[in-house]
Amino acid sequence: MLNYVLRRGFMALLVALTVSFGTFALFHFATDPAQTIAGEDAPQEMVDDIREQYGFDRPVLVQYGDWLGGVLQGDFGKSYFWKQQVVELIQEHAKVTIVLALSALMVTVVIALPLGISAALKPNSWVDRLALSTAVSAQAIPNFWLGLMLIILFAVTFPIFPVSGDATWKHYVLPSLVLGASSVPAVMRLTRTGLLDVLSSDYIRTARAKGFMGYQLILQQAMRNALLPIVSVLAVQLGHKLGGSVVTESVFSMNGLGRLAVESIFNSDIPTVQSLILIFVLTFVLLTLAADLINAWLDPRIRMG
Amino acid sequence: MMTTRQTLSDASIASVETPPGHDEAGLGLSPTMAALKRARKHHGLKIGFGILLVMAVFALFAPWLAPHDPYMQNLSLRMLPPVWTEGGSWEYLLGTDHLGRDYLSRLIHGARISMTIGLGAASIGAVIGVTLGLIAGYFGGWIDQAVNFLVTCQLAVPSLLLIMALVFVIGQSVTVVIFVIGATHWVFYLVVTRSATLRLRELDFVAAANAMGCSKFQIAVREVLPNLVNQIMVIFTLEVAVAILNEATLSFLGLGIPSPLPSWGLMIAEGKTAMFFQPWLVILPGIALFILVIAINLLGDGVRDVTVTNRRN
Amino acid sequence: MSTASILDIQDLSVEIPTDSATLKAVRGISLDLKRGETLGIVGESGSGKSMIALAIMNLLPPSARRAAASINFDGSDLAHAGERELAMKVRGQRIGMIFQEPMTSLNPVYSIGRQLTETMTLHRKVSRAEAEKRAIYLLEKVGLPDPASRLKQYPHELSGGQRQRVMIAMALMNEPELLIADEPTTALDVTIQAQILYLLQDLQKELGMSMILITHDLGVVSRSADKIAVMYAGDIVETGTAEEVLRNPQHPYTQGLLECVPGYRGDAAHRLGSIPGIVPSMTGTIRGCAFASRCPRVVDACKTEVLPRKQLGPGRTYVCHDPDATRNQSTADLHSAANEVPVELPKTPGEKVLTVDGVSCTFSVRRGLFGKRRSLKALDNVSLDIRKGEVLALVGESGCGKTTLSRTIMGLQQPDAGSVSLGQHEISTLPAWQRARMIQPIFQDPYSSLNPRKTIGDIIGRPLVVNHIGTKPEQLAKVHKMMEHVGLPRRVFNSYPDQLSGGQRQRAAIGRALIMDPEIVICDEPTSALDVSVQAQILNLLLDLRDELDLTYLFVTHDLSVVQHMADRVAVMYLGEIVECGERRQVLTSPKHPYTRALLDSALSISPDLSVPAPGLSGEFPNPMNRPYGCPFHPRCPMAEQQCREEVPRPEIIDTTFVKCWKARTFSHQAKHH
Repeated sequence: MLNYVLRRGFMALLVALTVSFGTFALFHFATDPAQTIAGEDAPQEMVDDIREQYGFDRPVLVQYGDWLGGVLQGDFGKSYFWKQQVVELIQEHAKVTIVLALSALMVTVVIALPLGISAALKPNSWVDRLALSTAVSAQAIPNFWLGLMLIILFAVTFPIFPVSGDATWKHYVLPSLVLGASSVPAVMRLTRTGLLDVLSSDYIRTARAKGFMGYQLILQQAMRNALLPIVSVLAVQLGHKLGGSVVTESVFSMNGLGRLAVESIFNSDIPTVQSLILIFVLTFVLLTLAADLINAWLDPRIRMG
Repeated sequence: MMTTRQTLSDASIASVETPPGHDEAGLGLSPTMAALKRARKHHGLKIGFGILLVMAVFALFAPWLAPHDPYMQNLSLRMLPPVWTEGGSWEYLLGTDHLGRDYLSRLIHGARISMTIGLGAASIGAVIGVTLGLIAGYFGGWIDQAVNFLVTCQLAVPSLLLIMALVFVIGQSVTVVIFVIGATHWVFYLVVTRSATLRLRELDFVAAANAMGCSKFQIAVREVLPNLVNQIMVIFTLEVAVAILNEATLSFLGLGIPSPLPSWGLMIAEGKTAMFFQPWLVILPGIALFILVIAINLLGDGVRDVTVTNRRN
Repeated sequence: MSTASILDIQDLSVEIPTDSATLKAVRGISLDLKRGETLGIVGESGSGKSMIALAIMNLLPPSARRAAASINFDGSDLAHAGERELAMKVRGQRIGMIFQEPMTSLNPVYSIGRQLTETMTLHRKVSRAEAEKRAIYLLEKVGLPDPASRLKQYPHELSGGQRQRVMIAMALMNEPELLIADEPTTALDVTIQAQILYLLQDLQKELGMSMILITHDLGVVSRSADKIAVMYAGDIVETGTAEEVLRNPQHPYTQGLLECVPGYRGDAAHRLGSIPGIVPSMTGTIRGCAFASRCPRVVDACKTEVLPRKQLGPGRTYVCHDPDATRNQSTADLHSAANEVPVELPKTPGEKVLTVDGVSCTFSVRRGLFGKRRSLKALDNVSLDIRKGEVLALVGESGCGKTTLSRTIMGLQQPDAGSVSLGQHEISTLPAWQRARMIQPIFQDPYSSLNPRKTIGDIIGRPLVVNHIGTKPEQLAKVHKMMEHVGLPRRVFNSYPDQLSGGQRQRAAIGRALIMDPEIVICDEPTSALDVSVQAQILNLLLDLRDELDLTYLFVTHDLSVVQHMADRVAVMYLGEIVECGERRQVLTSPKHPYTRALLDSALSISPDLSVPAPGLSGEFPNPMNRPYGCPFHPRCPMAEQQCREEVPRPEIIDTTFVKCWKARTFSHQAKHH
């Protein structure tokens, strides 16, 4: 088991490093940070000075190592655009994104799981058809457009919730719905097919032959197996939501990490983009790692294999 | 136990009138015919296909079908409402935008952009994903592990941010958007191709091909690939839909199709400023997107339903 | 034995609606089982036998519809009992059930202990400790060593045979009155099959249970069942005691089926009987007799008139018009001409066409990216030669290395040591196309050996295309000729494999193997995925083709009755080694190696007067990852002594038979005087 954890942890770290280096190199070769800092109209000498001063003329690997060394000591560098420590920027914006992601995940779970489970229990029934049409439509609605529609409906026509911002819990209701809805189709379909697979398996037939039925059959025999893929997909979905809910934050003008990332891109603010991507990737790999560990706990084949 | 499938396959080719001494009479339908027969009964597939056909005609013949030039500005006719609301006119069925351009014409031309990008990006993703998947699945070993690592990395990156960064760095144009979306949407193809190849390569028809002297390349392309076509087709349709939504999102955020091209996402972004007074500017392109994407998804789900055969293995 | 019925099924039907039509899997059958008896339900795939097993306790798939006048189980009517009543009072408590697939029938995420005890705690007010005590008792009873520690194990830690033992223990937790076993040994190796069947027979006697044994294997049913019901196309066509049905079959189908079994007619028959045609469509109503289209005794009445069920005695029935006009025509008689062909062609041993010399093959197995590498010795110093025109059978259980050996011979697997030579050429030096023209394979599973996306014509002609042999029209002509050879109608040229029956697919696979006129054909279990009637057709075809085309076969199989029928020489493999090799008659009648003896004992021929013999072998096939020291067979060998545990046996030749065993001389001597 320990071996398994170590192996997965090492892989996660490797992925995070590879991706963050990839983005670092991308920006290194495609943009000129010295020009960005100096400003569009700065004279060439000034740009050259800055390039030398910041060390932008060194090889990309050296610069990356330098930056990574700082990161390990908690120093993510200074933002070119906001002229502020990146760590502070992230601290300021993280809360909005975390609250939004978690509440959106709740929305997903509350809609998708019951729908998927009841669809699997009664295939081809009206519940199943409802679940399926929900999934098909939710997949086809552009996320940002759904946000705008909800604003028109619940903030303008019936002013129940505020139009934008992130000050109170009320500000989070519509964004959570929008962000949560985006994961419903995937989670719902997976729950449905996963449970259907389990229910048609040989071991469930064995359990029925032993005398299990109804909720006992589902809870004591099928649920644990059916949970395995659901745990994985929820981790992935939460990871994506924490990885900058760019669209939702933009539509509702919330000051989260996603919006920070977009603005940093628009302003070629490499240190900020760089740090955000590293954090997003780390969050993602840690979440999937956690899911793998939960699954290993649920399934002896993973635990012992 | 006696499986339904076995019974079915035995039953479907059987005939009571079989004369003794011969193995059988009367064959079942060929796979293609059987799929077509099932397709005729599949409502979702028919609806999706119908809608798509109409939209494709509009996209293809946009210059002839659109009532106006989508780029023609007329500042005296700004923000005309659609014909069914007060102040609308039959000349501009769906009204005009903030620059006085005919909204219906822009929507029709927008279908062109969406479909081009959807088909283009999904094709690029398919080429990357299927190739990598075939290689990883067929050769296995360290190649497979390297490809798997690549997949994990791709999945770990917040894809929208990556796309935005790439578009920003390279520059905004239809071609760039197609390539960037395509280059970031190959994982689904890869995962499915890889696992199917892994399964197929253990089957005896691959061993038989080996024994008759086929090269690895011949086996991958001539024996394995034809068995993946159905699955790839299904993923392709679903990825077309994903790409269309992605383009709309990008354009909405201002990093996709450059103005003044009539992208639906861009139209929503442009209409957003006026959405509290002229909500149809936002509603109409959204509905167009919704209908297009749902039609594609219905088609994709339908193709999956009719091509999946409960074959053994 | 009491004569009271424990189970009385009246007019049971099962229908399964599909997209296009409704499948009538079971068509109004009636059955009667006496207390303490074993009823064998025997039939080929698709006959509906498993559906009966599932229908008794209503465990059918959700889409299936069950209808019955009554299913009287010891006074209660299961046909009209609700789901709740069945679950609370019958399933797992009064009726236990064992399924075919031990690998998937246990829940992978729960421990053996939990799965055993919950069966008891679900139905009775007993403590966990009591249930565990019972579980340990039963695990010991079913022959699992160290039962107490098994409770903490998970299914994936056990082998197939061990899992099936757990399944049996699970079914017995609540001392059921009736045990339903649905193909309980089909997925297992022969020696394990014998162990499990013996165990079931033993337990049944001891616990006084009644049992329903569902199987396709006439040998199994002949040894285990008191009564037999033969199923065809959803109906029971004949019933009676095992003795009556197997010794004196009345229904032409039963007769035909028995003729198809290699060895049923003894050693003498050169050709097996066969049942032409295939099972009729199960979707519509069948007018007249369902077997009419394939029956050698068919008369006009069979096709139209409803059949009478004839009663010959208590429990002895059959459904057939039994037309007097065709009384003397049976399936075997149709081929009587063929049987007059001299049985054993006087053969001079041909020259060696293929020589395997000291071949070893080791796989390095690694789990995951960072797992430990472990080596698996699949072949250990194997030497073998095949002579022109002979059939060499390679026998062994799964995991013994026979597949690796056949792959090595085909040049698809590089050996670490030793060589394979074809005539004068070492095979690894031959280019692929040349190798392909000399050796071709036929595989076990005709569902996976044909590419589902290619037409039959394409598949058969593919080797010619790949190797650029002949022009297009020549290739086409060759394919048509080959299809004729293997008995495929011209019409299937443009069909896809999915449109063909299992037997036809195997014919196509044979055609593909033979189209390049290979010298040697490697048949890797070519009939073990087929029904017995189809197996007979394919075996006949293979023998005919050998005579016509002057072929040499390496016949890989686990089925000794097939070996008996087909082979000239036999090589027995165990854990990557050939432990015995010699003339068929020598090896099968006076085996020199204890393992060969055990295999022969485990092979269940059709003998209703015999029961399942006590297994000669204890234990299971070892994991090839940890080969035992010394003689690899010693942990299971009844004759093992100190020397066997320490030294690898030296090969020797006794009476022209190659054998690898320290005790071979004493053993064969003993056996002779046995």
